[in-house]
Amino acid sequence: MSNMNYTIETVALAVGAFLALLGVAFAQDSQFAAHMWVLFFALFAGAVLLVRRANFAPASPAQKALRQSEYFDEVVKYGVIATVFWGVVGFLVGVVVALQLAFPDLNIEPYLNFGRTRPLHTSAVIFAFGGNALIATSFYVVQRTSRARLFGGNLGWFVFWGYQLFILMAATGYLLGITQSREYAEPEWYVDIWLTLVWVAYLVVFLGTILRRKEPHIYVANWFYLAFIVTIAMLHVVNNLAIPVSFLGVKSYSAFSGVQDALTQWWYGHNAVGFFLTAGFLGMMYYFIPKQVNRPVYSYRLSIIHFWALIFMYIWAGPHHLHYTALPDWAQTLGMVFSIMLWMPSWGGMINGLMTLSGAWDKIRTDPIVRMMVIAVAFYGMATFEGPMMSVKAVNSLSHYTDWTIGHVHSGALGWNGMITFGAIYFLVPKLWNRNRLYSLQLVNWHFWLATLGIVVYAAVMWVAGVQQGLMWREYDDQGFLVYSFAESVAAMFPYYVLRAVGGGMFLLGALIMAYNVTMTILGYERRENVPGATPAAALQPAE
Amino acid sequence: MEAYTALRHFADSWALLGMTLFFLGVVLFTLRPGSKSHANEAAQIPLKED
Amino acid sequence: MALLDKHKFIERNATLLLVGSLLVVAVGGIVEIVPLFYLENTIEKVEGMRPYSPLELAGRNIYIREGCYVCHSQMIRPFRDEVERYGHYSLAAESMYDHPFQWGSKRTGPDLARVGDRYSNDWHVQHLTEPRSVVPESVMPSYSFLKETPLQVRNVGMELVANRRVGVPYSDEMVEFAAADIAAQADPNADTSGVEGRYPKAKIGDFDGNPAALTEMDALVAYLQMLGTLVDFSTYDDAAGYR
Repeated sequence: MSNMNYTIETVALAVGAFLALLGVAFAQDSQFAAHMWVLFFALFAGAVLLVRRANFAPASPAQKALRQSEYFDEVVKYGVIATVFWGVVGFLVGVVVALQLAFPDLNIEPYLNFGRTRPLHTSAVIFAFGGNALIATSFYVVQRTSRARLFGGNLGWFVFWGYQLFILMAATGYLLGITQSREYAEPEWYVDIWLTLVWVAYLVVFLGTILRRKEPHIYVANWFYLAFIVTIAMLHVVNNLAIPVSFLGVKSYSAFSGVQDALTQWWYGHNAVGFFLTAGFLGMMYYFIPKQVNRPVYSYRLSIIHFWALIFMYIWAGPHHLHYTALPDWAQTLGMVFSIMLWMPSWGGMINGLMTLSGAWDKIRTDPIVRMMVIAVAFYGMATFEGPMMSVKAVNSLSHYTDWTIGHVHSGALGWNGMITFGAIYFLVPKLWNRNRLYSLQLVNWHFWLATLGIVVYAAVMWVAGVQQGLMWREYDDQGFLVYSFAESVAAMFPYYVLRAVGGGMFLLGALIMAYNVTMTILGYERRENVPGATPAAALQPAE
Repeated sequence: MEAYTALRHFADSWALLGMTLFFLGVVLFTLRPGSKSHANEAAQIPLKED
Repeated sequence: MALLDKHKFIERNATLLLVGSLLVVAVGGIVEIVPLFYLENTIEKVEGMRPYSPLELAGRNIYIREGCYVCHSQMIRPFRDEVERYGHYSLAAESMYDHPFQWGSKRTGPDLARVGDRYSNDWHVQHLTEPRSVVPESVMPSYSFLKETPLQVRNVGMELVANRRVGVPYSDEMVEFAAADIAAQADPNADTSGVEGRYPKAKIGDFDGNPAALTEMDALVAYLQMLGTLVDFSTYDDAAGYR
């Protein structure tokens, strides 16, 4: 890439930076001005770096060999690094917000109050960590399974850097108080428009690569990735329909109101889970598990049924977020029925993933990366059992509004999305940087146990907390009076909130170990250790 | 209310039947004899050299 | 075999896969969401709903900006304990002018759908400034900066116009007097007949304990104090509202 000329890109960045300055000058409100300053500095820095022709690539000899390969892997490498970076950031913010709930004095008004840091955490883990993982792995997988170079040339770079700009604008926006208050779709209208552009480019790159494939079949992982990209585009555009007050201000008003707005938002919100955090990550599962255990997927035909059933049913499940609200009953019932049915394709997929190991079960013992992927699928199975259960109205009447929901989300997000991503990263890093193996497999083991224990602590604690909360809210005494004030239920949460932060802290520690391990691998180090599965160094001595 | 009732009846009867049949069709189509070799072929894609 | 060829075609045609997936995922949204817009019974018939006054709207925007929805719901479910704790269960009609809705999904703090008129203005200001001074168990952050921050009132009319574009029935008169109304509602010495006429049941007066300045605290408290107070439940028929 160093011999390429980025004239157009540099000019575009410079013009963008200038427009951002104009935005500062003519801003209708102080938030917009502040946000445009952020944009200006980001674009200006980008332009300066390009002008200086900074070579981002680590200059190792192995690098050059890879650059000539037919695959466009440079952008995947950046994606892997971004995934690790944003993962650590997102988990760190998660631990901070968990501590804010236990110790409210940790709120620093106005910028670091919980109401602003919580969307920062959710977006950082879902969109920055998860999104980068999806973009990077999809770019890797679609090239390998199509046996074709990524379509669109530098468009791949636009997708990567455009997405990082989206993350930067979203994150700084939250701290500045710029939000639509739509959960997991908080960024305001101009950031949404930017993401739409990036997403269309992503679709073009991905679909274009499939279209130029040398392989007759489209491998099923690509089906899941494609459905994820297309559905997220649809959800993002519809859910963010809004009228801005001014084209030079942050504020916009949603096109929908009240009950319609609520269902649109949760149609989006649940399918952000269904397509961003499930379909896309299933694409990862269907590629990286067969690769790591070196066996084809257990049943390819089951994976096809899994695909159609999953995408058809998931899209209906949104109303279970609105049980017993002012949403009409028929919509709630519909949402519940489909949520329960969703259990079947979910477990079909889980079984397919796990059974891929049949005949190679010993790898769970010998290969910590396989172990990571297997526990990911196991957590997927647990979360997709708990989810349908919580969507039953009777259960939901207790669980809704409580920390049980938070626990459920995290068993899925940390267990499924986190673990399968870690597994994919550990698979990818030695491959992408041409290393024999990871710096240390024992550190992968440490990561595995810290993360697993962290998730178990987190989910168990939040489950107990949520059930207790729900029961306290509805407890009556003999005279028929409510026993507890709301404040008493808040006070009762303190020990759970502390323990939750401990569980999250363990997960964060695991991620830090991964960051170290990945860094050392990229730098070319190999830790001297007994590699599981390898032949022992010394032959066994006969007893004397 | 009228439109809702009519639509609801339709959704509960013919639309339900149609969607069920469509799904069964997808399942049968996927599992029909002869698809196995294609499936096995496709399943090998990730294991080819990269 | 023709059927086999067709199968190959589906499995191997990326565009078809794209369109097929899109169709499949579109069905759910269309069947679930679209009826809500044209079924008349989605929103109950009630008396008393009106658009937010400019000051309430400004307060609502601060509520959104600070992410209050992250910990507070505005949706009382029809259970005995919730109705006893918070008041009549929430109706769809009560959020019909809410762009966006603020039903929330988590109760780290209590529901706020009917917090209006429950506490005094002084209590709210004290609570927002130092929550644990009035509720020792609270884990709410402090929002004392709201008292010091003057309310931005440059574009009040534009805010109403934008709401009108998405369907809130703000009249020309309301837009014209928006800037005057936002000041008058929080000014104990102003002539408030105009704002009271345009926005029935609007709470009038100084909210933040500092009559000299129009602050963000004024707006937020004005919003909190009207939450859930508009609908006249003496004329509401529960059975007719069920859907």
